Amino acid sequence: MSELDPLLLSRIQFAFTISFHILFPSFTIGLAAWLVVLEALWLRTGKAIYRDIALHWTKIFAVSFGMGVVSGVVLSYEFGTNWSELSRRGGNVIGPLMSYEVLTAFFLEAGFLGIMLFGWNRVPKWVHFFASCMVALGTVVSAFWILSANSWMQTPAGFRVAEDGVLHVTDWWQVIFNPSFPYRLAHMVAAAYLTTAFIVAGIGAWYILRERSVPHGRIMLGMGLSLLVWLAPLQLVIGDQHGLNAREHQPAKIAAVEAHWETQRSAPLILFAIPDPAAEKNHFEIAIPKLGSLILTHRWDGEIQGLKAFPPEDRPNPIIPFFAFRIMVGIGLIMIAVGLVGSFLWLRGRLFDSRWFLRVLVWVSPLGFLAVLSGWFVAEVGRQPWTVYGVLRTADAVSPVPGGSVLFSLLLFVLVYFIIFGAGLYYIAKLVQRGPDETPPVPEAEDADLSHRPMAAAGNP
Amino acid sequence: MTETASQMTDFLPVILPLVWAAILAFAVFLYVLLGGYDLGLGVLFPLAPSHKDRDAMMASVAPFWDGNETWLVLGGGGLLAAFPLAYSIMLPALYIPIILMLIGLILRGVAFEFRFKSQRSRFLWDYAFSFGSVLAALMQGAIIGAFIEGFAVTDNKFSGGPFDWLTPFSAVTALALLAGYVMLSTGWLIMKADDALREWAYRIAYPALIAMAAFIVIFSIWTPLLHPEIATRWFTPANMVMLSPVPLATVAAVGALWLALNRRQRYTPFLLGAALFMLCYTGLAVSLFPYIVPPNITIWQAAAAPDSQLFMLYGAIPLLPIILGYTAYSYYALWHAPEHDAYH
Repeated sequence: MSELDPLLLSRIQFAFTISFHILFPSFTIGLAAWLVVLEALWLRTGKAIYRDIALHWTKIFAVSFGMGVVSGVVLSYEFGTNWSELSRRGGNVIGPLMSYEVLTAFFLEAGFLGIMLFGWNRVPKWVHFFASCMVALGTVVSAFWILSANSWMQTPAGFRVAEDGVLHVTDWWQVIFNPSFPYRLAHMVAAAYLTTAFIVAGIGAWYILRERSVPHGRIMLGMGLSLLVWLAPLQLVIGDQHGLNAREHQPAKIAAVEAHWETQRSAPLILFAIPDPAAEKNHFEIAIPKLGSLILTHRWDGEIQGLKAFPPEDRPNPIIPFFAFRIMVGIGLIMIAVGLVGSFLWLRGRLFDSRWFLRVLVWVSPLGFLAVLSGWFVAEVGRQPWTVYGVLRTADAVSPVPGGSVLFSLLLFVLVYFIIFGAGLYYIAKLVQRGPDETPPVPEAEDADLSHRPMAAAGNP
Repeated sequence: MTETASQMTDFLPVILPLVWAAILAFAVFLYVLLGGYDLGLGVLFPLAPSHKDRDAMMASVAPFWDGNETWLVLGGGGLLAAFPLAYSIMLPALYIPIILMLIGLILRGVAFEFRFKSQRSRFLWDYAFSFGSVLAALMQGAIIGAFIEGFAVTDNKFSGGPFDWLTPFSAVTALALLAGYVMLSTGWLIMKADDALREWAYRIAYPALIAMAAFIVIFSIWTPLLHPEIATRWFTPANMVMLSPVPLATVAAVGALWLALNRRQRYTPFLLGAALFMLCYTGLAVSLFPYIVPPNITIWQAAAAPDSQLFMLYGAIPLLPIILGYTAYSYYALWHAPEHDAYH
C-alpha cells in the first residue's frame, strides 16, 4: 500500500498505548486498596510487620503509579490528536465524563500521593492514613468515570443526534448509568483486585520458597489467597451477567466472541475453531452441543444470533474476540482452581509447606494482566466497526491527520514505551527481590532522611 | 415555557462559555506556573553545580510533579468537554508538537521514579529528565505560538498541513517559554534550596530575567504585526488608556524582580516571576479574546451544549476549591526539602 492509512495506524496506536496503560491501573487499583488495609492493620494492631510490608509495596506502587500517570496523560490527548471527529461529535457526552474523572479522581490521587509517599514522618499518622485512603478512593473513582465513558460508547443511551451530527445529552443519569456500565465496572474492578491478589500471593510464595522475608511472605500469600478464593468465582458470575448484557445490547459482538455465523437455537459452545470471515465459516471446529445457548441465554434451546444476521459492513472480525475471550476465560478458570486448591491446603494446614503449590502460585501470578488485556481486546475489537455503537463508525471518528504523522508518533511511542517498560519492570523486579525485611525501617522523626527522598525509603545502598 | 425559563435559555449560552473560558484559562495558567517551575528545573538540571545539587533539585519537586501535571490534563480534558469544536480542530493541527510534548513528559515523569532506583544507569535518567523537560517546554511554547498565529479551518475541521505549526514565530515563542520556565524555576530554587544552590540560582536568574524581558518586548511588537485586529485592540486611543496598566505593570514587575534579586530576597522572586507570567497571560487574553481557535472561531461558536457545560459546572464549582485546598495542604506539609541527599 503506497498510502499510509491514518485510520489503521491510529487504531494500532490507540490499541498499543491503551494496552500499555491499562496494565498499570489494573495493578494500582488493587494495590492502593491493599495498602490501605495494611496500614489500617498496622495502626490497629501496632505490629510493625504490617508497616514493613506496606512500606515495601509502597515503593512498587510508586513506580507502577508513575508509569500509569505518564501513559494515561497520552490517552487524554489522543482523543483529540487521533479521534477528533469523535471529540467533535461526541464531546458533549464523553467530555464531561472525562472532566469529572480529572476533577474527582486525578487530582485526588495526585494531591495525596505526595503525602502517601513522602509524608511518613512529616504528617501525623492519621493524616498519612487518610492520604492513603484518598489515593485508593481516587483509583476507584477514576475507574468509575472512565468505564462509564467507555460503556457509553459501547451501549450509548440518554442522547439525541442533532442535524449536524453532533450528539446532545437528554438524560445524564442514562448516560452515566448506561446499560452495560454496572457490569463493566464490576468486571474491571474485580479484575484489578484479582490481578493484584495474584501478584501479591505469588511474590509471597516466592519469598517463602526462597526462605527470605518468610513471615512477610506468609502474610502476603494469606491475604492474597483470602481475596482470590471468593473473588475469582464471583468474577465468573459477574462475567456471565456481563455476557447476558452484551447479548442484549451488542449481539454482533457475542456472535464474534462465539464464532457463530448462523442464527440458531440450541447453539453449541465452540471450544476451538479458526474463524474465516471471507468464507463466513469456521475451520477445525471443536464444539459442545447446546452449551452455547445455555451459557448465553441460561436456556438449553435459547436463540443466539449469528454474524450473518448482520450486514458484512456492521460485523466485527471474529478472530481476535474469539481467541482473546477463550484466553480470558481459561485464565479465570485457572484462578478459581488455584483458589480452591490453595484454601484446601490452608484448611489442612499445609499451605506454606507445599512447595509444588507455592511454585504454581509464582508461575500463575502474572496471569491477571493477560486476562485483563484479553478482556479488553474482546470488548474493543468486538464493538467494531463502531466507536459509538450504532452511532459513529470508527472510520468516521478519525482525525484529519496524514498517515505519515501517525506512523511517526506510533514508532516513537513503541520505542519509548519499550524502553520505559523494560526499565520499570527491571526496577520493580529489583525492589521485589530485596524483600521487606531488608528494607530499612522507617526512621524516627529526628532522622528523617529516608522520608523525603523520592519514592520514600527507596533504600538504595 | 415561563418567562424566567425562556430568559434562562437565552442567558446560559452567552454566559456559560465565558465562565468555562475563565475556568480553563485558570487551569492552564496554574499549569504554566506549576508545570513551568517543574519543567524549568529539568532545563537547569544539567547546568547544576554538582550531583548533590541535582539530587536536591529533583527532591524539591518529586512530591509535586504529578499534581502539577494534572492541571495540564484538566486543560486538555476541560477543552474537550467545554469547547469540543476547538479541541477537535486544534489537536489534529498540533499533532506533532503535542506528541513530542507527551513523549517529553513521559521521559521526565518516569525519571522521577527511576533515577533513585538506579546506580550505574542513573546518568541516563538524568538525561531523560532534562531532555524530556526541554522538549516538553519547547513544544508547549511552539503550541502557544501556533495558537496565536491561528489555524486553517474548513467545515469545522482542520484543513492545514502537518507542519503548519512550525514557523519563525512559533520557534521564538518556544524559546521564550523556555526562558520563562527557567525564570520560574530559579525562583523556586531560591525559595527551596540550601545556601550554595540558592546563590547559584540567583546568578542564573539574572540572564533568565533579561531573556524573558527581551522576549516580552519582541512579542509586544511582533504579535500586533501578525494580526491587524490585535493592533487595533491595543492601539486605538480609548483602549490604549484602558489597557495601559498591563504594559506598565509588566515594566514595574521586571524592575521589581531585578531589585528583589539584587537584595537576595527569598520569596519575592518566585512571586514576581509568577506575576510576570500573569501579565503576559493577560496580554495574550486581551489580544485574542473572544477567539478560542484564532482567527475565526469564538468561544461561543466552539462551546459545548449549554446543558453539558452546566452539568460540569455543578461539579467544578465545589470541587475546584477543594482541590486547591488539599493541593495547598500537600505543599505545606511537604514544603521542607532535604538539605542534603542521603545517598552521598
